[in-house]
Amino acid sequence: MNALQRLMANGSVRFGGTVLGLMLLVAALAPFLGTVDPATMDSSFINKAVGASGLFALLDGTTVQHTFLLGTDSFGRDLYSRVIYGTRVSLLVGSCTAVLSLVLGGSLGMLAGYFRGLDAVLMRVMDGLMAIPAILLAIALVAALGATISTVVVAIAIPEVPRVTRLVRALVLSLREEPFVEAARALATPTPVILFRHILPNAMAPLIVQGTFVAASAVLTEAILSFLGLGLPPDIPTWGNIMAEGRVQFSQYPGNVLYPALFLVPTVLAVNLLGDGLRDVLDPKFARRGA
Amino acid sequence: MMQAPVLSIKNLSVALPAGGDRRHAVQGVSLDIYPGQTLCVVGESGSGKSVMATTVMGLLASELKPDHGQILLQGESLLEASASRLRDLRGRVMGMVFQEPMTALNPVMSCGDQVDELLATHTDWSKDKRRAEVLRVFEGVRLPEPERILRSFPHQLSGGQRQRIVIAMAVILKPVLLICDEPTTALDVTTQKEILKLIDQLQAEQGVAVLFITHDMGVVAEIADDVLVMNQGLAVESGTCEQVLKRPQADYTRQLLAAVPGMIPPPARPEPQGPALLRGAGVAKTYISRDWMGRARETQALQDAHVAIRAGETVGIVGESGSGKSTFARCLIRLIDPTQGHIQWGEHEIADLPEGKLRPLRSLVQVVFQDPNRSLNPRRTVGDSIIEGAMNFGMPKSQALELAQTLMHKVRLPPEALTRYPSQFSGGQRQRLAIARALACQPQVLVADEAVSALDVSVQAQILSLLREIQTEFGLGMLFITHDLRVAAQLCDRVIVMHQGRMVEEGRTVDLYAHPQHAYTQKLFDAAPAAF
Repeated sequence: MNALQRLMANGSVRFGGTVLGLMLLVAALAPFLGTVDPATMDSSFINKAVGASGLFALLDGTTVQHTFLLGTDSFGRDLYSRVIYGTRVSLLVGSCTAVLSLVLGGSLGMLAGYFRGLDAVLMRVMDGLMAIPAILLAIALVAALGATISTVVVAIAIPEVPRVTRLVRALVLSLREEPFVEAARALATPTPVILFRHILPNAMAPLIVQGTFVAASAVLTEAILSFLGLGLPPDIPTWGNIMAEGRVQFSQYPGNVLYPALFLVPTVLAVNLLGDGLRDVLDPKFARRGA
Repeated sequence: MMQAPVLSIKNLSVALPAGGDRRHAVQGVSLDIYPGQTLCVVGESGSGKSVMATTVMGLLASELKPDHGQILLQGESLLEASASRLRDLRGRVMGMVFQEPMTALNPVMSCGDQVDELLATHTDWSKDKRRAEVLRVFEGVRLPEPERILRSFPHQLSGGQRQRIVIAMAVILKPVLLICDEPTTALDVTTQKEILKLIDQLQAEQGVAVLFITHDMGVVAEIADDVLVMNQGLAVESGTCEQVLKRPQADYTRQLLAAVPGMIPPPARPEPQGPALLRGAGVAKTYISRDWMGRARETQALQDAHVAIRAGETVGIVGESGSGKSTFARCLIRLIDPTQGHIQWGEHEIADLPEGKLRPLRSLVQVVFQDPNRSLNPRRTVGDSIIEGAMNFGMPKSQALELAQTLMHKVRLPPEALTRYPSQFSGGQRQRLAIARALACQPQVLVADEAVSALDVSVQAQILSLLREIQTEFGLGMLFITHDLRVAAQLCDRVIVMHQGRMVEEGRTVDLYAHPQHAYTQKLFDAAPAAF
């Protein structure tokens, strides 16, 4: 059985992959799903109920006939459009954070694991970073760097780096003692080549799995930052800041908080399940003993 | 008088999951073991011998299903017994000893408690009575200072002592059947000798029937009353130990016996002249570890070792685990840095050379490791692995690929296999690939670190003859590290015996095997499984 068949045989991978695939589709096709510009506000449509419709005034002065599938918020913006467009930001932040923290943590972990001299210094820095609560560190970074998509990604990625570094370091520590790595040294293979050709490919499976968990927590952290008013500015709709704005009038209009949550929860669940499934299939430590 | 058999297996078949390379792990095997008898089931890896033993114990993996035959333990059918009945039988009626004592014992429980747990489960004795019984059985398995061992944790004991604990647990409830699955394979020969003697003594004292699974013909000769030879799930031959070893009927048995290297070295080859290709003198390795207070603790893994290897010559280093033989070899190829001493590759002194200056010289000395499953990068094709060395030394890719194809012929593998991944090869084939990879650098010296220890005897014989052939063809100097005196006898011109980090004896193989001088060497020879 090849890797793909084994992946598809795993229920968690199938479910997580399908939900995540749907979300990606939603993000990619956002303009074609009956949405309007999510930043447009029309004062005549404040706090409308689900299914309300009417002539909606766009920014360029024209009006369109529009049905508000999920109603509108307190600024007269179409909630449906905001949630759909929010998918883009959440998935973007999730995937970029995962990639960034894997690249940074992966490089540092390989250095710390292979060059024993660097290990003590690097790992003490990582220990220091881990002592600061992740969300606090992210808040400080956003406050220092300002809030744009790239700074939010950096702010969420940096607290994740020590965890990835530790994982990769541990993997490298065991892989460097493997006979095939020693054989490569005896074959006079230069150190960077050993790292990238012999060690990295064999550490990839647990690294990908860790990446999915980072992505899931990044989507949540982004929502939390936005909810606290420290995330992206309100003209970029994210699930977090939609909920944050809806919080004020939650008792009268709970939809503003509930609808983004209905997207957030399955997305995070799907990514986590995908990660669990990938780990079961790819990581030899968790693989069931084959017959 | 004919007694009833303790264990009787009739025409047992165990099915493998669909899609494997064969339908049955065990197919139509029958055997009987009588009280006080030892039946050795012998076979190579994949012969189904362990699957059969686990079926008897009722511990078969859920993918495997016995689909035919029956197993009778004192007349009771085990295949029809419930899980709880089997649990009750295990320990009380059948005792089990596994290969690796460290994993068979619970590392966070004292040895006394682990044995006591067994008594508490199966008897209603008082605490004091159980304790007395545990001490009695510890004495029975010849453990020194039973009171101290009672409180010890597994990691505080030696491998042999741990296996004695496992045996104590297996026999404490006086079972009628003792199942031993490769119980001495993970142990050194001197320890193996003691454990085999112990099993023999216990059998005489308690009259227990023993089902003994092994791959080692030497062990069979030592302990068996009856022998069952298995191959590919089938029973190939069965009979008394004497019959099977001295007058084997089946071709497979004959091949298996012929593949076991003999203890008597072949006549000496003429001593090679010329300069040494690899030379070590006064080589020492000391490990310093610090505790949490920063106090240094020194471990001398290797002291004052020396060796010189000439072209066309094979030097063997023989020793048990912890003797420093691998440390010595790894210092000589500079995979670890020696603390002291001189090492010369040709005329280059390399003991203190930094890695950057050493790299261009590395083609001179190449290495083949023990574990064929881990010595090739699983994520690269074997072709890429083989040409890596040659290309590191500046050979263009097309030429390296041609060289790789020639080498594949040399190690008797099809050149098309270069595009496959290591997982598609068997252990013996992977070891051939590792040899081809080493040869691709066109070395002058080949270091083989336990290169045949993980292989079945028949495969081992093939690899040994391949190594011999390659040495003659390329005029290589060879350093052969092994724990197996038989293998060293057949392959090496000179042998170095190591013990606790020191060389205790060295000499020409013929002389050393005929007249071992040092007391430790004599003990080692004495412990080697009997000839047959």
